[in-house]
Amino acid sequence: MKIAVLLKQTPDTETKIKIKSDASGVDETDIKWIINTYDEYAVEEALRLKEAVGTGEVVIVTAGIKRAVESMRQALAMGADRGILIDTEGLTLDSYTAAVILAKVLPNEKFDIVLAGKQAVDDDCVQVAHGVATLLDWPCVWPIEHIELSGDKKSVMVVRPVSGGTKEVFEVGLPTILCCDKGEHDPRYASLPGIMKAKTKPIQELKAADLLAGETPKVKWVNFSLPPDRQAGKILKGEPEQVCAELVKLLREEAKVI
Amino acid sequence: MAQLNCTDFLNISSLLTEEEIQVQHAARDFTEKEILPIIIKHHREATFPKEILPKMGSLGFLGATLPQEYGCAGLNNVAYGLLMQELERGDSSMRSAASVQGGLVMYPIFTYGSEEQKKKWLPKLASGKAIGCFGLTEPDFGSNPAGMLTKAKKKNPSASGHGGKWILNGAKMWITNGTIADVAVVWAKNEAGKINGFLVEKGAKGFSAPETKGKFSLRASVTSELVLEDVEVPEENRLPKAEGLKAPLNCLTQARYGIAWGALGLAMACYEAAVEYSKTRIQFDKPIGAFQLTQKKLAEMLTEITKGQLLALQLGRLKDSGKMRPEQVSMCKMNNCAIARHITHLAREILGANGILDEYPVIRHMMNIESVYTYEGTHEIHTLVLGEDITGIPAYK
Ligand SMILES: Cc1cc2nc3c(=O)[nH]c(=O)nc-3n(C[C@H](O)[C@H](O)[C@H](O)COP(=O)(O)OP(=O)(O)OC[C@H]3O[C@@H](n4cnc5c(N)ncnc54)[C@H](O)[C@@H]3O)c2cc1C
Repeated sequence: MKIAVLLKQTPDTETKIKIKSDASGVDETDIKWIINTYDEYAVEEALRLKEAVGTGEVVIVTAGIKRAVESMRQALAMGADRGILIDTEGLTLDSYTAAVILAKVLPNEKFDIVLAGKQAVDDDCVQVAHGVATLLDWPCVWPIEHIELSGDKKSVMVVRPVSGGTKEVFEVGLPTILCCDKGEHDPRYASLPGIMKAKTKPIQELKAADLLAGETPKVKWVNFSLPPDRQAGKILKGEPEQVCAELVKLLREEAKVI
Repeated sequence: MAQLNCTDFLNISSLLTEEEIQVQHAARDFTEKEILPIIIKHHREATFPKEILPKMGSLGFLGATLPQEYGCAGLNNVAYGLLMQELERGDSSMRSAASVQGGLVMYPIFTYGSEEQKKKWLPKLASGKAIGCFGLTEPDFGSNPAGMLTKAKKKNPSASGHGGKWILNGAKMWITNGTIADVAVVWAKNEAGKINGFLVEKGAKGFSAPETKGKFSLRASVTSELVLEDVEVPEENRLPKAEGLKAPLNCLTQARYGIAWGALGLAMACYEAAVEYSKTRIQFDKPIGAFQLTQKKLAEMLTEITKGQLLALQLGRLKDSGKMRPEQVSMCKMNNCAIARHITHLAREILGANGILDEYPVIRHMMNIESVYTYEGTHEIHTLVLGEDITGIPAYK
């Protein structure tokens, strides 16, 4: 069983985001970088699938700059076997171009399953995995919280939560791309022997520019700004009838939503 | 470049390898998810969360510097130090559990034990499936262990090697994990007055380990007495390569090395809590951190932590290159415990009344550091070790 995990390095969700003074992007100076939260669930599921089969390989595939190797090593310390870094130094990728370069790399490796997080917590675009699936014409399920390999190892059964607590269950043929939500398994800690071993595991480097073959981003970033500060809330006090009347008045006149 | 996920004013991160930093991250993550959520309860109830040892074991935290062939992680000493720092950020009891298991039980078995002893005990201790303790201190011999009264007498002096037996008599005191240990490393004098180490197993006839109650420090750690009344120990359970007081003192050097780092974790926890509090607590219409008196305290704490980090790091580099002397460990253990103790007091002051509440970590650390300041050689004894190193004159007696 050969499994790839599409892993993106993102700012820690607790980072206080600052915008560059010329509004051209996010100021990265004080950012703490982590494995995208949902990708960590994908790593955990990949390791569990490999453990369930007993043999195979988990490969971390990352499009990013050299800094991202730190996060890849963390996944290797958790137990993944090797990495492929698609170096994007000097390029600005959008979801489309990210999907293009990943779709170039994945088929060569003949993966059975490609796992990704359901979204990246930095841009929240939710498009790359779908893009890869479209370009490769592979089935894709988003988001999933449970994966089980079939007895003949030719398909997987996945559970997808839908709103209102309903669950959809799919049987999907391989190869497939599955996008992991926070599922039933917390990502494991990297063990100390795992950390020591990770430094000897290979990370192959490819150049994104070579894989783009002339494709260019479909999205242009024009301007960055922080959302306006949240105003303090208002608490209405009094008898229910009065409060209701006041609320309707405020919703109509101040918030202008009704 | 990867950064430590802790107080790092002088960019110590730039002096560390990527793996060393990853170990710090992994250990801090563990402390935040596995120790901090349970520690208040265990501290209040004075109970040890026994299940923490297998958890630490599964991640390679126990005997982490020992080689991989015995199920250990094979870390270098700097990474190990950072691990101790992060465990002690959680609670000194948790760091003590890991220190005793690794530095005082697995280390002597690894260094002084036979191959059979290593095979039998190291994997079990590394995984946390077995618990060990180290019995040196006695009711009447603390700082002066050379005077110990615990005796080991050969049962049938003619039988050497296999088949030989020893009879142990005596009492040990202040023994971390004694009551819950599966194996106790007990130091005793033979008939020639030479100190030997013995592996006394749980359930041995005549061996008991009642818990010491009423501790106001290290409350989430079990501390015990070891009572040995004609306990029969086979020759196979004697550590064959340990002779004389040097052996247990060498073990203490290992554990003290970890304390030099651990004390920093405790100090950082207090400093970080004090910084946070001083920014959010408003008095006289200002955050208390705006007052010069508070700022002086914070500046002093940060400066002492930073100096302590440099001491610990250089000590670790010396240890990794095989050049560390025990006197150097004495300086670092002594200094880092003393500054940590002072920092707990400053942090407690900054937190005002909240400084005495266990909802904040400070009072717990303040109580814990009293044990850490005293065990593994008191502050005074390490001062005298340095005094002897400087002058060549021992001042103990
Ligand atoms: C929570 C806890 C856990 C412990 N765990 C263990 C363990 O697992 N295994 C183990 O073997 N021991 C353990 N100890 C024991 C510890 O190592 C001793 O308490 C320590 O060595 C000091 O001995 P003492 O308490 O008998 O103090 P004493 O030696 O009686 O000292 C009392 C005071 O006199 C001072 N003093 C003594 N001699 C001199 C001198 N020559 N000059 C100047 N001052 C001097 C000391 O510095 C101290 O201030 C533990 C202790 C505690 C508190």
